[in-house]
Amino acid sequence: MRGRLIGLNGDTAVAYAVKQADVDVIAAYPITPQTIIVEKLSEFVNNGELNAAFVPVESEHSALSASVGAALTGARVFTATASQGLALMYEILWIASSLRATVVMALGNRAFSAPINIHCSHDDAYAARDTGWIEFFAENVQEAYDLTLQAFRVSEDKEVLLPSIVNLDGFILTHSLEGLYVLDDKDVREFLPPKEPVYPIDPEHPITYGPLDLYDYYIEHKRQQAEAMRSSYSTILKVFEEYSEFTGRKYEPIKTYGMEDAEVAIAILGSSAGTARYVARKLRKEGKKVGVISFTLYRPFPASKLRKLTRGLKALAVMDRSYSFGSPGAQLFMDIAATLFNEKERPLLFNIIYGLGGRDLKPEHVEYVFDKAFEVAETGETPESEIWIGVRE
Amino acid sequence: MSSLKGKGWKELPIGAVIPIPATSMEYKTGNWRALKPVLDQNKCIKCLLCWVHCPEPAIIRHEDDSVSIDYDYCKGCGICSNVCPVKAITMVMEGE
Repeated sequence: MRGRLIGLNGDTAVAYAVKQADVDVIAAYPITPQTIIVEKLSEFVNNGELNAAFVPVESEHSALSASVGAALTGARVFTATASQGLALMYEILWIASSLRATVVMALGNRAFSAPINIHCSHDDAYAARDTGWIEFFAENVQEAYDLTLQAFRVSEDKEVLLPSIVNLDGFILTHSLEGLYVLDDKDVREFLPPKEPVYPIDPEHPITYGPLDLYDYYIEHKRQQAEAMRSSYSTILKVFEEYSEFTGRKYEPIKTYGMEDAEVAIAILGSSAGTARYVARKLRKEGKKVGVISFTLYRPFPASKLRKLTRGLKALAVMDRSYSFGSPGAQLFMDIAATLFNEKERPLLFNIIYGLGGRDLKPEHVEYVFDKAFEVAETGETPESEIWIGVRE
Repeated sequence: MSSLKGKGWKELPIGAVIPIPATSMEYKTGNWRALKPVLDQNKCIKCLLCWVHCPEPAIIRHEDDSVSIDYDYCKGCGICSNVCPVKAITMVMEGE
């Protein structure tokens, strides 16, 4: 394992990675639970550890607007937000990806208001899913650090040129102290060379960004952007492989446990994957063939990999830490249902809603989900609608 | 921009960038027009009010202060016709 073992909370680990990435511009507005990231970075800039412009903007809308402008000049740019802040950034999320501005953003996943809540839901991560940003999910503090470094490499790759979000569960990861291996600055520089912009804004060579683009060109540009997102997958695989080899820490779009011969499984995002695997290991000891699928990469969605993984599986419980009102299922459920629909051999699917606003997901909840999955597999009958767990009736 | 004209998604620069400066002249907005201004040179008194007021500017001013209309960019807003003190500019339906 390359690096030095230290203890940091998730936010500080992200800030440390950003410092080592030697960013040029940080434009951010503090919001719980990512505040520590911005605070740490402003300290690094203030005490001279990081030579970057820190832009203390008046809102998240401005934070991302400034980030986009800076990225287009050729700067390496970082921002961070959560929940309502992401909501306020929403129009600029689309603009950033459409202008191919390579911003990296940490998202300390937090529930949307109302009622106001500062703890973890994946509402904000899901709100960004259609906006053209690459999205990673960290399961622990080590991954938050590693994925932040890898996000810069992926985003700035000339074959990609798309912004990235690194999701880390609010409080569960942002504020939890964990041991992690951090690389030497020298190693980071080797892995992450300086950014080389394709069309930098330069007064000597005037160009136009963001022109009016009507029915005669707009659809071509969207088609192009769709392809950029789709083909970013192969670059992400390359970066994951290179980083895995470089650090000895394995990164793949989907992490699996027990999927070689699992009869039933859980699909999940973020820190809860650890809880799911903990229970799965216990059930395996009892001879139950259970598996866990968790997504390190959420956008682009690793669809073909998921199809391969679920062959032979009888039932799959898709666990969402959010809710999509009026939809035929929550967001990850819809992603997976659409991915598997045309497969001849596919598991029965059902949707679990859990953990909203920071409600704990306990091992007994996961055990209940596995039990339910076996019931679905045996009876061939799926619940009519989603099942809410850990909620008072 | 002529080098980009009609290009497919595989060839267009990424992010809708136009990598050449000063290309707006190539974007002819005249086909937005529904009503077309028609100038009667015999009535024109060369006061240039139309030239001053045209927001495009699609009124071309000549050496002798006579004017003509640049139909490549005129969007047919009718301001010239409205401000003309001698009613030398009439708005007619495009195609008539």
